[in-house]
Amino acid sequence: MIEVNRKGEVWVYAEQEEGVLREVVLELCGKAHELASQLGVPAGAVLIGSQVAALPQQLIAHGIDRVYVVQDPRLEHYQTTPYAQCVCEAITQHKPQIVMYGATPLGRDLAPRVASAMRAGMTADCTDLQIQDVTDPRSKEVHDKLLLQIRPAFGGNIIATIVNYDMWPQMATVREGVMPLREPDPARQGQVIPLTVSLTDDLFAIRLIEKHLQPRTVNLKGARVIVAGGGGVGSKANFQLIHELASAIGGAVGASRAAVDGGYISKDYQVGQTGTTVRPALYIAAGISGAVQHRAGMEESAKIIAINSDADAPIFSVAHYGIVGDLNKVIPTMIKALKERSVVE
Amino acid sequence: MPYHSIVLVKQVPDTANVTAEAMKSDGTVNRAALPAIFNPEDLHALETALELRDRFGGTVTAVSMGPPKAADVLRSCLYRGANRAILLTDRRAAASDTLATSYILAQTVQAIGGADLVFAGRQAIDGDTAQVGPQCAEKLGIPQITYLEQLVDVRDRSVRVRRNTGSGWEIVEAPLPVLITVMETANRPRPEGARRVHRFKRARVEAEVAAEVKLALPDATDDEQAAETARRVEALRKQGLLIEQWDLDRIGADLDRCGLSGSPTKVFRIQAIVLTKEGYTEIPPTEEGIRRLVHELVLDHSIG
Ligand SMILES: Cc1cc2nc3c(=O)[nH]c(=O)nc-3n(C[C@H](O)[C@H](O)[C@H](O)COP(=O)(O)OP(=O)(O)OC[C@H]3O[C@@H](n4cnc5c(N)ncnc54)[C@H](O)[C@@H]3O)c2cc1C
Ligand SMILES: Cc1cc2nc3c(=O)[nH]c(=O)nc-3n(C[C@H](O)[C@H](O)[C@H](O)COP(=O)(O)OP(=O)(O)OC[C@H]3O[C@@H](n4cnc5c(N)ncnc54)[C@H](O)[C@@H]3O)c2cc1C
Repeated sequence: MIEVNRKGEVWVYAEQEEGVLREVVLELCGKAHELASQLGVPAGAVLIGSQVAALPQQLIAHGIDRVYVVQDPRLEHYQTTPYAQCVCEAITQHKPQIVMYGATPLGRDLAPRVASAMRAGMTADCTDLQIQDVTDPRSKEVHDKLLLQIRPAFGGNIIATIVNYDMWPQMATVREGVMPLREPDPARQGQVIPLTVSLTDDLFAIRLIEKHLQPRTVNLKGARVIVAGGGGVGSKANFQLIHELASAIGGAVGASRAAVDGGYISKDYQVGQTGTTVRPALYIAAGISGAVQHRAGMEESAKIIAINSDADAPIFSVAHYGIVGDLNKVIPTMIKALKERSVVE
Repeated sequence: MPYHSIVLVKQVPDTANVTAEAMKSDGTVNRAALPAIFNPEDLHALETALELRDRFGGTVTAVSMGPPKAADVLRSCLYRGANRAILLTDRRAAASDTLATSYILAQTVQAIGGADLVFAGRQAIDGDTAQVGPQCAEKLGIPQITYLEQLVDVRDRSVRVRRNTGSGWEIVEAPLPVLITVMETANRPRPEGARRVHRFKRARVEAEVAAEVKLALPDATDDEQAAETARRVEALRKQGLLIEQWDLDRIGADLDRCGLSGSPTKVFRIQAIVLTKEGYTEIPPTEEGIRRLVHELVLDHSIG
């Protein structure tokens, strides 16, 4: 661990695959910029790979001031131990006060390994981060400007706020899609700082035999409007209604797990804790009960319309507009109203 | 060649099935009312280890850290075919975060004498962090392979695993020893075997025996109860029915690295998610109602 260091920077781990930064990294750059401004320190990013020279400018445009780069041909493919070594080395040299990682499969593989080696704290899968003065309820000691790390736990049934008083850096993985993506500023200036890390060959114990990328064809996160169907749609054939409403409204199709499990649509479309987290301008949930695991993935949407025949369905607790009724009647009526609008305008 | 595996298994409250009975009147979850279950992904970790042993020989040792009640999941491991079970239970381990938990589990693995393969579930359904596996691997100083979907092959001193990368999959090869975390898609866990249930249903840890003695001999002195407990423990040991109970001293743990003092992350506040019916605008399911809604969405630019 490092000493409490209130001058320390706020860092993002710049996860990339095949030279492309993950979207969550860009989201975190904006958050790092915001937290760093509140603390009056620079925002930094750690970038590791073999051919990543093109990426620092993108990080800077999204709000980073200093990009620390480790380049080595052996780092072409992600592998836990050497990557963790690079991050630990960067932390030891530059003593950031906060380090954020995307809560992606890779981030959740790397971050705990780093935390263990540093003997520092790691909060998993945060959905919000804030800076606040905190009084330790045991010692009554006041800690200035700590990072409040807010995360769902217990299968999404509770929200816990986690703090790390003194075993720094304060580190967290952050769920994808929960921090707003800022407009990049291509003119923004920043520094690129190469880091030398000594990596012995024995760190590369794992050999990659075969790798398959399954391109994500579904871009739910980029959609402004999402029409999602659930178990209440009843059948694969009837799920066509959801597609029709989506196309009438100019939105993307989403689904609950019951719809995926029922074979109405593939898993790529699943919204929720084990699917994609989305925050579109408009989310329409039809025949979705609104289990916590589903709500976890959509409740940040700017506007939510729930269509459900059960007036007590939990989805109504997060809805802005509720239609208590049969989706088989409501959706066709909606499609009709949407089409009429197009004719009038 | 035979392989020796250790599987880390956790007992968890069944957070996936929060029933009406488990809700308090204020709409929050009553944790105590949730049944305690075998962490789902740990069953898949156990199955992976058992299949490996069934193919190549060797042993499977199940390890759990928790209160005496966690012996339930260890019994379940014995019912399914584990060779040995160890419960690490110690009040001084309470309130451990993932860093402290992984330290204690790694010390336990070392006190057992290590293993060729250490298996863990990907994630526990209560803490939900998925951090304990990778942190144990780091503490043991061995490579980790997360998100196993298939154990492709084990040959001499190396293992090939197909792992889910989130954006596809890859096959990697690692030298032994290695720590592997297992996903629920990896396999179908075998059920508890009837004959093994019959054989091991009386298996206990010492703390359970002591509690049973207390109930059976409420009027006995502490010394008498202790003597009876020791007698029963010895009898169980002879029958091969004693689940080993270890404490932090047994694994030579540095107490500063356990429990609250060894945990950098502190839970500062917990809010239960309460379902509030804070007003939404109710739209009547009529043509007129829906047309107005669409109009409103156009006006506020929610749709173009
Ligand atoms: C570890 C874990 C992770 C999970 N992850 C996710 C996740 O990522 N995403 C997710 O969605 N779920 C997830 N789930 C599952 C979740 O708990 C629910 O089971 C699931 O969301 C239920 O889907 P549903 O509401 O569509 O279906 P149901 O529970 O079947 O609900 C159907 C709803 O449709 C309504 N309905 C029925 N007929 C009509 C009609 N004709 N018109 C209008 N309404 C109608 C009913 O009133 C009901 O509310 C997860 C569960 C676990 C345990
Ligand atoms: C509300 C809440 C939030 C928390 N948030 C954090 C946090 O963000 N960061 C943090 O460091 N701690 C956190 N903790 C503490 C953490 O839950 C505990 O340390 C817990 O014992 C282990 O973490 P987990 O349940 O997330 O396990 P995971 O890391 O999800 O478990 C992965 C695997 O490790 C093995 N394993 C885990 N625990 C045990 C065990 N006791 N015995 C045997 N095998 C085991 C199992 O194979 C399991 O499948 C939190 C606790 C609470 C109550």
